[in-house]
Amino acid sequence: MKRTALALLATLALATSAAHAVEYNQVQVDKSQIAFGFQQMGVSMDGSFKKFSSQLRFDPAAPQAATASIEVELASVDTGSAEGDGEVARKTWFNTKDFPAARFQSSAVKALGGNRYEVAGTLTIKGTSKDVIVPATFTPQGNTGVFEGSLTIQRGDFSIGEGAWKAFDIVANDVVIKFRITAAAK
Amino acid sequence: MNAHYTATAKALHWVIAVLIFGMLGLGFYMTGLDLSPTKLQLFSWHKWAGVTVFVLVVVRLAWRVTHRPPALPDHMPALERLAAHAGHHLLYVLMFAIPLTGWLMSSAKGFQTVWFGVLPIPDLLAKDKAVGDLLQTVHLSLNVVLIAALLGHVGAALKHHFIDRDDVMTRMLPRRRR
Repeated sequence: MKRTALALLATLALATSAAHAVEYNQVQVDKSQIAFGFQQMGVSMDGSFKKFSSQLRFDPAAPQAATASIEVELASVDTGSAEGDGEVARKTWFNTKDFPAARFQSSAVKALGGNRYEVAGTLTIKGTSKDVIVPATFTPQGNTGVFEGSLTIQRGDFSIGEGAWKAFDIVANDVVIKFRITAAAK
Repeated sequence: MNAHYTATAKALHWVIAVLIFGMLGLGFYMTGLDLSPTKLQLFSWHKWAGVTVFVLVVVRLAWRVTHRPPALPDHMPALERLAAHAGHHLLYVLMFAIPLTGWLMSSAKGFQTVWFGVLPIPDLLAKDKAVGDLLQTVHLSLNVVLIAALLGHVGAALKHHFIDRDDVMTRMLPRRRR
């Protein structure tokens, strides 16, 4: 009798939690990464940003209501060499003095089925804003969820690499931005 | 009397010689440049040439062990013979070690070597700044040793030609037409 009551209670609790929306909105920066990759004379290079912040709200039951924003501190770039880090902070690249941060602000989220989503939004780097569509996946892991995806941009669209760097023969135009954002549910 | 090196040995010697002198100049020049597209291009070329030298040196060593070079002249004292053999051994070791340390340094610094921008050479080492800096020092030091060894090599060749007046230098030169 007691056992049945417990089982009933457990079922009830499960049903309640399923009906109650789970919203992932506590971004865990230490378990999140924003990285990038590009080609340099046929050689694959990669790097990352050490400092960024993100706000997001995501309920798997209502993905269309989700929002996400990411702000990346461009001076925190890690290109793999001190020389590279210093170079990309300069005016011809990110111009971190005048444009310290890059931003992404979502405008609409579309569920594609399974764990795949399409996040439309605006990406702003170095004073240039562009509408982008970011494919992303969501993987729940216990009380947290992991958002992963990548987006290929053209650095020329954002004037990243001007002057001598403007040609794409040495440093390619395409840059893949890869992200992995972990957020806990509240 | 046929005391010349084989045509293949001569070709390998001179092609590698030209590449090594070019690489030394390029290496010291490019590392002093500020970061620019030109610098990245020169580094890539240096790495491509380095892989090329390494491949040629492998071929050369294979040729060397299967083809006996002409003997040293009889007039050479034991100490000079020893110096000649030691010098040539050192040059072979350096011709292997310098491209290898360059390749390993590139891997450790996170810049993979892609031969002529087409053929990726696997990274044997993972990216590690301390290891990269150490290998940079090793690569540079070995090149300083190489410069010293080359000075000795060229100096000895000229000594053989102008002071000893033997055929040690000329037998590595193209044969004169009669």
